[in-house]
Amino acid sequence: MEFIDDHDSFPDLRVKIGTLELQNPVMTASGTFGYAREFVNLVNLHRLGGVVVKGISLFPRQGNPPPRIVETSCGMLNAIGLENVGVDRFIEEKMPYLQGIKTPVIVNILGDSLDEYRHITEKLSQVSGVAAIEVNISCPNVKKGGVAFGSDPDMAAAVTRVVKQNTSLPVIVKLSPNVTDITQIASAVEQAGADAVSLINTLIGMAIDLRTKRPRLANVIGGLSGPAIKPVALRMVYLVSGCVSIPVIGIGGIESAEDALEFMLAGASAVQIGTASFINPRASEEVVEGIGDYVVREKLHSVRDIIGALETD
Amino acid sequence: MSQYQENATIIRFEQLTDSNVRLTLQTEEVAQAAKPGQFVMIRAGKSKDPLLRRPFSIHQTSSNGRMQILFKVTGRGTGLLAHCKEGETLSVFGPLGRGFRIDPARPACLIGGGMGIAPLLFLAKRICQIKNNTDSDMIILGGRSKGEIEPLVDDFQFLNIGLMCSTDDGSFGLHGLVTDVMRTLSLSNDCIVYSCGPEPMMKSVAAYCRELGIECQVSVESVMACGMGACLGCTIKAKDDRYVHVCSDGPVFNAEDLGWNL
Repeated sequence: MEFIDDHDSFPDLRVKIGTLELQNPVMTASGTFGYAREFVNLVNLHRLGGVVVKGISLFPRQGNPPPRIVETSCGMLNAIGLENVGVDRFIEEKMPYLQGIKTPVIVNILGDSLDEYRHITEKLSQVSGVAAIEVNISCPNVKKGGVAFGSDPDMAAAVTRVVKQNTSLPVIVKLSPNVTDITQIASAVEQAGADAVSLINTLIGMAIDLRTKRPRLANVIGGLSGPAIKPVALRMVYLVSGCVSIPVIGIGGIESAEDALEFMLAGASAVQIGTASFINPRASEEVVEGIGDYVVREKLHSVRDIIGALETD
Repeated sequence: MSQYQENATIIRFEQLTDSNVRLTLQTEEVAQAAKPGQFVMIRAGKSKDPLLRRPFSIHQTSSNGRMQILFKVTGRGTGLLAHCKEGETLSVFGPLGRGFRIDPARPACLIGGGMGIAPLLFLAKRICQIKNNTDSDMIILGGRSKGEIEPLVDDFQFLNIGLMCSTDDGSFGLHGLVTDVMRTLSLSNDCIVYSCGPEPMMKSVAAYCRELGIECQVSVESVMACGMGACLGCTIKAKDDRYVHVCSDGPVFNAEDLGWNL
């Protein structure tokens, strides 16, 4: 694997997420890139800005019964149910490989209670190779899960505080779009100490099979992702960027460098590639290449020039 | 295990029946790297809709990089693929998954139903390549009617393995189910049964194998988004009530390891 460590490299794609320095603004989105190793034959992991691994809970989770996914117009619904190996096995089995890659590894965490968030944070903070923690307060799939934290500003702030109090790592809070006013939640987690926010998680949706008169997902409802949600995500990134002063990470239907750059114009300091990696495993690396080409073509000093550079008058 | 993402050219389009299509694709690496029972993810069209790739088991490969897939038009993805023309390219990702486990020292019985016949040709050819003697091997192909299996039989006939066919309506081969044919054979204890087809068929094949105490490998299918263990969408129940992933733990499983209400 080619190893890129040239910080003066041209074009300048470096961005900062709090104290976390990324060589470029492109990360993988949690739950769409496994634990990175699955992609090593296809993607040069060292060319990515960051890798966000599959959401980790305190205990292993089996996930939901099948069918778990269904394709919809320009998108897909998933109700995986947060299947994961649990934090202990993650540290034991997955971290050794991740410690070997130079790209910052961001661990997405989720919990059913403040105590669980605290325990996971403590455990991850003792492991080398974790560059940051992304807190999932928004996954809509598990009845007892994150949805309560993500839709209430006080609860979202409480989770943020618990995680911040138990780690010195940068903390990114991943926001749910399934709320009345996402800027309220964003402001609440900023005040609680979040170093950055990432948005959006999936939009809650549903698909029905007319022939069988049954829902297409065993869980009945699931999270919508893919190009279908991009306009919704862009608007929310635009709104949140205008009301918080911490960095915003844009997520939602990004498939190409053009998509990513639109999110950066709207105010995102970085982006995450999600569903696109399922269709094109190389999508994230191709977005990095495309952003580099754009910066050269437009003769920008750095990619940072376009963050929030949207002209609205 | 290496995977490749390439644009493969359609070099042959065959409309086998009203709804069954066979495509021959010229690949750079995928065909060479593939093993029997593995599958590929193919993008049907170039737009955002339909969004996801579709999984297809590999029907057969050739040493010059050609690969065939066989499918029935069942929805939008296969509908689009059925309108492809020779000379067009398709994005192919693979080979993926864990295929059939072949033991050259043991007799093999291949049992395919309908589109489940697809991966068995690749398997049968590989068995012929690696075994000195295929006298005790057997292939049983079943379908609803003549049209469904007759176009596929040719490729199997040229192999040096005994072939029996059955149809639900008796229009080709024996009148009945593949399991009816299976019950007329005297399968030895060390035989491995390889099966792919509709779930009820595989269930009854597996149940009969269990009765006889014979190993049975089944190739199952599932909806999946990525095909490589990332989306975790393709779960099925294993025997101990845990979930396994069709794409990375399978698609070929020991029937005894699955929890499909046997």
